[in-house]
Amino acid sequence: MANQQIGASFLRSLLNAWSWLFLVLILGFFEIYAQIETGNTFLFRTHNMQSIAIAASQILLLALGLTLVIVAGHIDLSIGFTTGLSAVVMALVIRWLGPDIGWLAVIAAMVVGILAAVVVGLINGWLVAYLNVPSFIGTLGTYGVARGAALIVAGGATVSIRSDEARFIGNGEILGFPIPVITAILLAIVCHYVLTYTKFGVHTYALGASRASVERAGVDVNKLLIKLFIISAVTAGIGGLIYTSRFSAGAANAGEPILLYAVAAVFIGGASLTGGQGTVTGTVIGAIIIAVIQFGLVFSGLPPYWQFVAVGLVIIVAVLVDQSKSKLTGGRT
Amino acid sequence: MSALLEVKGLKKRFGGNEAVSDVNFAVNSGECVVLAGDNGAGKSTVIKMISGVHAPTEGEVYFDGNLLTGKTPQGVRNAGIETIYQDLSLADNLDPGLNLYLGREKVKHFLGLPFLDRAAMRKDAAEVMKGLGIEVPDPSAPVRDLSGGQRQAIAIARAIHWQAKLVIMDEPTAALGVPEQREVMALIHRLKEKGVGIILISHNLPDIFAAADRIIVLARGVVGGERKPSETNDEEIVRLMMGAAS
Repeated sequence: MANQQIGASFLRSLLNAWSWLFLVLILGFFEIYAQIETGNTFLFRTHNMQSIAIAASQILLLALGLTLVIVAGHIDLSIGFTTGLSAVVMALVIRWLGPDIGWLAVIAAMVVGILAAVVVGLINGWLVAYLNVPSFIGTLGTYGVARGAALIVAGGATVSIRSDEARFIGNGEILGFPIPVITAILLAIVCHYVLTYTKFGVHTYALGASRASVERAGVDVNKLLIKLFIISAVTAGIGGLIYTSRFSAGAANAGEPILLYAVAAVFIGGASLTGGQGTVTGTVIGAIIIAVIQFGLVFSGLPPYWQFVAVGLVIIVAVLVDQSKSKLTGGRT
Repeated sequence: MSALLEVKGLKKRFGGNEAVSDVNFAVNSGECVVLAGDNGAGKSTVIKMISGVHAPTEGEVYFDGNLLTGKTPQGVRNAGIETIYQDLSLADNLDPGLNLYLGREKVKHFLGLPFLDRAAMRKDAAEVMKGLGIEVPDPSAPVRDLSGGQRQAIAIARAIHWQAKLVIMDEPTAALGVPEQREVMALIHRLKEKGVGIILISHNLPDIFAAADRIIVLARGVVGGERKPSETNDEEIVRLMMGAAS
């Protein structure tokens, strides 16, 4: 009896840590593969680590705010094109202001780009909170609207810019760390603080478990929802700013290829579609796992299309792990 | 002595439908009044008019000598009336401490930033629960890991901790097994000892007789009768619930 209990609790902590174990496992796999095939190291090469970190940070910028929305029991599909909208708006503002005013133009363009994202977040929140539109449908709608808006303002084309300042933000390094990676790390810390240490975070978890519990505790659930969707839109918008800075061009479809990876990162990180669980650290691990798979497959010379298969399989494993966790807690979920 | 809660001539009309009419009763401190009645008798409507969810069409509610009618649910709660719903309004994924403080969390500051004081909230929760005679095995575990009786105790602890003078309980034993039903009855008696007034909604006869100081029977929206448990029996209460004249 006692042994059984210890066994179950050991298994449960193993399942809780599975994403860490999995990450170690695939890193180990690619390291061994690289040693055997090429005689070189995979892990201990700065270039590889930087590439993985940059790929992970692109996913993270979309996934961080999304984590909070998913913990609250909702979803935000619009982030894919919120990223694109912010990217295009930033590029257009820089073009319009001209290259001569330097930092001022870049900062102004970033502010306007974020404001565009805030508008999308406000609409999402308003639809879900006040009009009771299911978030899956509502944000699918704004996904289309943001996509169209970005294409319309960009005239259907990629908006290229010339700005050394923007290029520095997208490609520069501070103490050896690429600025996009630093941005993602800082944002992850902020989101982790908000979700774990603030009243806002507790109310988000409670909302995911039972709307009545927060409502009866006197929390304004509608305001909470609007704030959550704004946070989600803003982190996605920052992803757009980084995109424009990195490639010196804003494109409407900047975030589209990453959207599903971002959703996947949140679920691999331990969140559940029904809400009430998930963490920012989990999402960070999820994003790193996806980035390692992407880069590792390319590195090992396999056709890059295998990354879709691999990431898909990891998502399924994540769901299975989540389900066996609830079975272990005696079905009381 | 004036009563803790006084309900005077409450009436509620929904459209052309009179759900409740001319309901009068009072609750004293440390007393458990059971509102008994079949489904649709108007128990919930009466409760919602007290807790501020519905505005009565006619009549008033007085609490501690002050007019309560017209206050928002939050205002009613601030006045000292806590309602415990059947679903307990717990967030299953949070620990007892956070559930105790939900909406009024304790924070401490570090480098100017507010941080939740989880440890202090857990400690308070364990203390209040101990006062109810319930030991929480792991104060950091989410409340979904607790038994039905322990979960009920958290909901009651919330009422006690925020100094409720009156607690309204909606069918607290409905979803529980027999040992847990006993736990809840024990909790109700401890609440009474603390001088808290209780309105218990129930149509379960054993519960009614185990908990009540007075039984008020509602039938089809009107008070069918008021009895002391010692002066009545199962049969009469059932007859009143079915709507027979008293």
